[in-house]
This record gives sequence, structure tokens and C-alpha cells, in this order.
Amino acid sequence: MAEVAATAPALSLEGVTCTFPSPDGRSSGYTAVQDASFRVADGEFVSIVGPTGSGKSTLLNVAAGLLRPSAGRALSFGTPVSGINPKAGYMFQAEALMPWKSALENVAAGLEFRGVAKREALDQARPWLARVGLDGFGDRHPHQLSGGMRKRVALAQTLIVDPKIVLMDEPFSALDIQTRQMMENELLDLWASDRKSVVFITHDLEEAIALSDRVLVLSAGPGSRLIGEYKIDLDRPRDVAEIRMTPRFLTLHKEIWDQLRDEVLKGYAQTKLR
Amino acid sequence: MSSHAKRLPSRPVILLLQVVVLIAFFGLWHVLTVTTNLLSPFFFGTPGAVLMRTFNDFASGAIWYHLGITLLETALAFAIGTVAGIAFGFWFARAPLVSVVFDPYIKAANALPRVVLAPIFALWLGLGIWSKVALGVTLVFFIVFFNVYQGVKEVSPVVLANARMLGANSRDLFRHVYLPSALSWVFSSLHTAVGFAMVGAVVGEYLGSAAGLGYRIHQAEGVFDTVGVFSGMLVLTIFVVAIDSAVTVIEKRLLHWRPQEAQTH
Repeated sequence: MAEVAATAPALSLEGVTCTFPSPDGRSSGYTAVQDASFRVADGEFVSIVGPTGSGKSTLLNVAAGLLRPSAGRALSFGTPVSGINPKAGYMFQAEALMPWKSALENVAAGLEFRGVAKREALDQARPWLARVGLDGFGDRHPHQLSGGMRKRVALAQTLIVDPKIVLMDEPFSALDIQTRQMMENELLDLWASDRKSVVFITHDLEEAIALSDRVLVLSAGPGSRLIGEYKIDLDRPRDVAEIRMTPRFLTLHKEIWDQLRDEVLKGYAQTKLR
Repeated sequence: MSSHAKRLPSRPVILLLQVVVLIAFFGLWHVLTVTTNLLSPFFFGTPGAVLMRTFNDFASGAIWYHLGITLLETALAFAIGTVAGIAFGFWFARAPLVSVVFDPYIKAANALPRVVLAPIFALWLGLGIWSKVALGVTLVFFIVFFNVYQGVKEVSPVVLANARMLGANSRDLFRHVYLPSALSWVFSSLHTAVGFAMVGAVVGEYLGSAAGLGYRIHQAEGVFDTVGVFSGMLVLTIFVVAIDSAVTVIEKRLLHWRPQEAQTH
């Protein structure tokens, strides 16, 4: 077992199936993900792409311990995930900051929850705000910040507690394209400085390729399965805006898109049926 | 919205217009009662007499005692009603079975016109301040209760999940998520709650007491002292406006994290 622990991946999903009961309780329910298995190595940046409604967030919630799978299990660094995964940080797609706390207090919250005295937590939060480019915005409340700034606060909030694996659920999808590329570059810089494991969910294939070491493709729902795995052998450090122009990027993009396109069309047909 | 709204004059102009309305009201009252005698001063009083009486009451200090009593009753009713409302609101929101079972009774109790309870409270608690406080509490409690219940229920599940991922235990969740969310709802109903606390106090005094603004008005009515009644109403109005402004200031301080109306619309 010691050998297993030494090489234990940051995240390992084994045959995860998630079935949600149907609202009327009569029919068999909705299976979001079917028999999904994958691993994320320590320090690896993995993206999961898939059409809308393919259960991407469901997988992330299982990894975070927010959702118990109907079948299969999740392991994080060799430990089965039951309840909140203490090694994971989660950056949500929707607004997740506490609106009654200032930016600085939001960043400090995780430390406070871990028993750090408030004053000290705030002192430690200040350099983090600076790292995400929000020096001097600590007193602002979330509603006084722009969408991009709020995402920066959320990023600092997630990273300050030093999670070993960061789960990101389309964190930048609500941002305009310029802000988004800036955030992506900043994310890569922060990631390069201490190489945490990252699982990045997106429906944007370009974003996935530009950021990741590996891209996983999910089929259209219901009952999404992992249908593809692509190693992204682009050099680092990368600039997300520039790397999109390189020939290797375009080759990879074409390769993955050929597979993804069919799923997107299927997913689109599904949403039209509903 | 803005393209349809007409441009309003500046603040000083509005203030001036408001003062003009006030003066016009008192002027009309004066003309009808004193100058033309269309309305009998016995039934309608005169603005001069009412203002004079009010001024004398304040100058002699006779009114302060009664104001103090009403204020004390209002404050106690507000404090007790709010604390009870928060406690029960939390309990009901976090215990679905309790809330389902008690739901019809809560609604029934809230539908009851509280004035009818005043004599019962007087019987139970005597004619002192506590029967008035009790009446105010029954009014304040439900407002706060429903708001806290709503506030706890409507905490964003994402904010909650985020706090849990950041390592919050159930005590942290209460302190950092549920309580601030519920309090924001309580504060946004502050005006109503304080208003109702005072309604409870004044109505209670009016129906049976030996002190307070409601008592003063009732006494004046008992001897057909219309000037006294209007003077009492004037003092009550000034009192309400003063308290309401104080609440506005407190509200602004406590809810500064909330987006302003202008920014959201």
C-alpha cells in the first residue's frame, strides 16, 4: 500500500455514475454521467470539455465531495473522498463570494475557517489580493467590483488555503474575451509558480488546449461517458493569446474538434428535444 | 426606464416645495377655522392653538415623560420581538418538519388582528408598560420571523458550497453565511418592524394605561380637547419621523455591502 500512496494521483475517479431522481419520483431518473474513470497526476493541468448538459460539473462535484456518486468512487491522493474533499479548492462558475464581506474578508475567509485569527488572516490575505492584481481594492464589496475582479477575488480565495488540487468549473465563462485571456494567463502564471493539480471544466475547446497538459472529452448527455483523451504537448510557459496561432495548436484543435463536433451536435439535438 | 422618467428639479427645490405644502396645509386649516369659521374650532382646533400647546408641552417638560415611556415600550417590543423572530426563524428554516407542522398555525396567528389581544395582555400583565410591550412583540415577531425564515432559505447554494469547500464547519456557516444573509433581510424590514413596535405601544396605551403618548391622546379625547388630540398626533408624528430617520441611518451603515437601487436598475 505504501507504494500506492507514493504514486497516488491527485485525483482518481473510478467508474463514477451519477443518477439524479426524477422530479416526479416515478421514472428511473436522469443519469448525468455514466461509468467515468480518469486520473489526474500530481501537478498536472487537466481540462474536461464536453457539450452543454454533459455532466461536466457533476464530475467536479463528485471530486469535491459535494455530491456522492450513485456508483463508483473518487479518491484524492489515495484517500477515498467522503464528505468535503479537504485537499481540494473549488472555483465555481456562478458568483460564490459572500456579498456581505469585503474583497479582503472574502479572501481571508478560508483561513478564518481553518482557525487563523481574523487579524492575521486579513494580513495574509493582503498579498494574495496583490498577486491577483487587486491591490487597493480590499475594502470593496463584491457588488462594487467588475465581473473580472470578482473572479480574481474568487481565485485568491481558493488558492490562499493552498489546496493540493484545484477544481475549476468554467470559471471564466462569464467574462468578455480580453478579460478572459488575461485571467487565463494569470492563472497559468500562478499555477506555474507552485504546480498544483488542476481540473478545469470548460465548453471552450481553445481555452482547454491553451491551458492544459491533457484534455478529456465527454460525450453528450444523458449518460455522458469519457470518449477521448488528448495529450497537449505544447511548450510552457504559454501565452494563451499567442499559442492559438501556432501550427501545433491548430492540429490538436482540429483533431479534438473532429470528435467533439459530433457530440456537440448530439447535445444540441437533445436540448432542442427538451 | 430613464428615457421615460422626467427630469426632477434639484434637491433644494424639492425641499422648498415640500415646505410650501406644509405651510399651505396649516394655512388652509387656519383659514377654514379662524378666518372664515367654516369649520368649528371646537371640533377641528386651530393650528395656532395646536402649535402653541405642543410648544408649551415641550417647554414645560410635561411631554418628555410620556415620550420616554412610549420610546421605552417601542424599544423593548422591538428588541424582544426581533430576538424571538430571529431565533424562531432560524429554527424553522433549519428544521423542515417543524416548519411544515407549524405552518398553518403561524399563518393563522399572523392573520389575527393583534388589537384584539390588547385587553387580554392588559389583564395578564397589568396596565404598566409590559402589556404594551407584549402587544408590540406580537406585531414585530412575525415580520422578523418571516424575513429570517426567508433569508436563511434563500442563501445562495453556491455561496454555501463555496464556504464549505473553504473549510467552514456548521458553526462557521451560521456565523459567516446564514446569519449575515438573514440579518440583511431583517435590516431591510427594519422600518416596518420599528413602525409596528410603535403601533403596538401607542395602541396599547390608548386602550388602557397611565402614561405614554397614546394615553395623552386618549385623555384629551375623553374631555373633547381637540387641540390636545391634534397636539398629541403632532408629537407622535414628529417622534415617528425622528425614529424613522434614525433607522435609515442605521440601515445605511449596516447594509453598505448591498448594491444600491440605482446600480441594479
